[in-house]
This record gives sequence, structure tokens and C-alpha cells, in this order.
Amino acid sequence: MSLLFEPTPDGAGRYLDWILSGLGWTLFLALGAWTIALVVGTLIGVARTLPNGILPRLARAYVETFRNIPLLVQMFFWYFVLPELLPLRIGMAIKQMDPPWGSFVPALICLGLFTAARIAEQVRAGLQALPRGQIQAASALGFARSSMYRLILLPQAFRIILPTLTNEFMTIFKNTSVALTIGLVELTATAREINENTFRTFEAFGVVTVVYLAIALVAWQIMYRIERAAQLPSLVSGKSRP
Amino acid sequence: MMVDLSAIAATVPYLLQGLWFTLQITIVGVTGGIVFGSLLAVARLSQNRLISTLATAYVNLMRSIPLILVIFWVFFLVPWAIGWVTRSGRPVAVGASLTIFVTFVLFEAAYYAEIVRAGFRSISPGQYSACDALGLSKFHAYIYILFPQAIRAVLPILLTQTIVLFQDTSLVYVISATDLLGAATKIAQRHGRLVEMYLTVGVIYFLICYAASQLVKQLQRRLAFGVR
Repeated sequence: MSLLFEPTPDGAGRYLDWILSGLGWTLFLALGAWTIALVVGTLIGVARTLPNGILPRLARAYVETFRNIPLLVQMFFWYFVLPELLPLRIGMAIKQMDPPWGSFVPALICLGLFTAARIAEQVRAGLQALPRGQIQAASALGFARSSMYRLILLPQAFRIILPTLTNEFMTIFKNTSVALTIGLVELTATAREINENTFRTFEAFGVVTVVYLAIALVAWQIMYRIERAAQLPSLVSGKSRP
Repeated sequence: MMVDLSAIAATVPYLLQGLWFTLQITIVGVTGGIVFGSLLAVARLSQNRLISTLATAYVNLMRSIPLILVIFWVFFLVPWAIGWVTRSGRPVAVGASLTIFVTFVLFEAAYYAEIVRAGFRSISPGQYSACDALGLSKFHAYIYILFPQAIRAVLPILLTQTIVLFQDTSLVYVISATDLLGAATKIAQRHGRLVEMYLTVGVIYFLICYAASQLVKQLQRRLAFGVR
């Protein structure tokens, strides 16, 4: 692993600095996209469970569109296609963003909205898993629909879907690697660059593989702790109580 | 900007060729992935601690790293491995398609393994005891009794994972292979038709995946009915 401490060809630092920079972009992109995905995904998931009107249909169309097109194709859409379809002035402004923002912003929007569709399905499943009595009781107590979702339904639904959300949270870190196709130098792209500069394939890819393992472990720990903290005694079945 | 339809029409044969390669990757990935994945699932349930630990480690490793990184690993490792096996002492160049097939079998097997394992766990313990009582060998018990039930229990999830695999094939773009997306990219760059080409492949992927996922949904309903 001496590779990490050797100077880079540009003379600005060591390969370790490249890895850290790649890690930084991976984490920044993943956490930013996760925030977008949670907000948008919850709204769409709620919209899918509304009883009638145009909203449930629009929400379904959103989910089907974003789930049935590969992430990479969506990445190209935000990066290559959208600036061409927008009015000329806005399109040019997007294309002239300084690197790495020119690739980071499309990647952020893309990964956020992609993951939102998957979270929306889970939120919907969580809401539909609740007994109907919850809605009826909330209506009988005079809750407006918005406060019924905010105070009664969503808190319970999120507890139900926490395990699957854990999976989704770990997936988003892996999915950030797709951003390398539009020029963001995140972790995997860093490994490729080090390999191209040194031809020390095993070390370059080995280090990055270990970093991904560490990310997965930490992400899992965070979600495990949240799951434990959010547990309600009344919702835990007798067996699994610690 | 106007979308030029005639520009798309002329490229259809090349796109179909790309789509055929996409389907080939999917078929190899599904078959190899389910076979190797089932072996991994059985290995994880093995009484032998060494075997089950190795299988668990493999599955967790593969599930923790991005597919693109695995593609790069195999792309660089397979030539070395072949050179070593044939004792030629240096890396042997191999085609992109072999690299891709190997990658998808190795990678998807880890995901199929988890699904098949869930299937095995859904079988009642009595089935295992009954196999023992009837004197079936481990091999026969798995082939004739346990595996068919496990697969049946998780069939919808297996098929959903296959749709994910189909979408994942687009990532072979990173080693410039000519799958559906790769074909579209090459046309787009040659003729400067980025918008038309990417929108077209987007629609093609959508239609295939949407149709497939609707079929899985129907199957799921029918299976649920059969259980009752």
C-alpha cells in the first residue's frame, strides 16, 4: 500500500489525497441525493395512497418512469439531453458551469429523483400496511388529511419500512459510481485514474474496494442505530425484543 | 430543438444489434447468476463453518461495491488469470464480451444468492427433516425437494431482480462495449444526434422493463391465488 504515499504526477500531493477527494465527492453526492430522495419520495409515496383525483395517477407515472429506465440513461438525460431541450440561454448557462459542478449538479438531481421513485414505492407499501382503523380513528378525531399523514400515518409507516430503507441507503453510495460516466471524479473514477497513472492495478482498485466496504459498514451501522432508536415498545413483537 | 425522426430510422439495425448484445448479457447473467447464486446460497447454509463463512464473505463483498468497480476489476484481472492458468507468464488479451459475461455472473450471483437463501428459509423445517427421514442424500434433497419449493416461493423477486439486471447491463458503457446504450452512443457521436438517440433508447428500455414488470405483477397475483 506504499502507493498511497507516493507523489502524484501533477506534484500537488500524494495519491492518498486523490482517494480522499474521490471519497469526498462520493459521500457528498450520496448524502445530497439521499436528502432529495427522502423528501420527494415521501411526497410521491403519500400521493400514491390518496383516495382519488389526478395526484395518484401522476405519482404512479413518476414511479414507473424512473424505475423502468436504467440509471445511466437517466444520467445522460440530465447531462446531455436536458440542456438541449431547454431555452437556449438556460441551456448554455448549464453547460458552462465550472467543473466539477457541471457534472455534480446533474448527477445530484438524477440520483435524487431516481432514488425518490424507489423510496416512494416503499413509503406507499408502508402506508398500505397500516390497519384501516388508523385512518378511520384519525378522521373520527377530526384530523385534517395533512396532519393525519404527518402525525399518525407516516411515523408508523416509516418504522415499518426502515429495514428496506437501510438497503436503499446502502445502494445510493454504490450508485454514485455511475456519475463517473458524466465526468465526476468520485471514488471509482479515482481508482481508474490512479491505475492509468501508475499501472498498479491491484493496489489502486484494492484500496477503493476497501473504502467501499468501509462505507457500507458505516452506512449499515447508522441505519441500525436509527432503527433501534425509533423502535416503539408497542410495535415490537415479543420475540425480537433485545 | 426539433427531434428528427428520419435520423432514428436509419440507425435501427445497429440499435437492434446492440439490443441483442444487451439481451445476451441478460441471459448469461440470469442463467449463470442463478446457478452460481444457488450454490452460494446452499454454501451459506452449510454445516461446514469454513464453507459458509467464505460464501457469506463473497456475497457481502459483492453487495458492498458498485457494479462499475467489478467491471473494472474483471476487465483487468481476467487477462492475468488466463495468463496464469495457461502458464504463458503474461496477461492474455480477451474480448470485451467475455469480460462482461464473467462480470455479470460473478456480480449478480451474490444478489440471486440472497434471494434463493430467503426461499430456502421460507420452507418449513419439516421438509428438511422429512428428506433426512427418507434417506435422501443432501444432493437429491436439494435438487428434488428443497430447490423447487424455494424457487417457487421467491419467483416474483427473482424476476424483479432480472429486470434490474437488464437495466444494469447499460453500465458496460464504461468499457465501451456495444450494447443498446453503447450502440446509441456511437451513433450519437458520429452523427451529432445525442438528443434523439438517448431519448430513443430511454423509450426502448422503458417499454421492455414496464412490460416485464407488469407480467411479474400478474404472475405474483396468480401465485398468491394458488397458495390460497
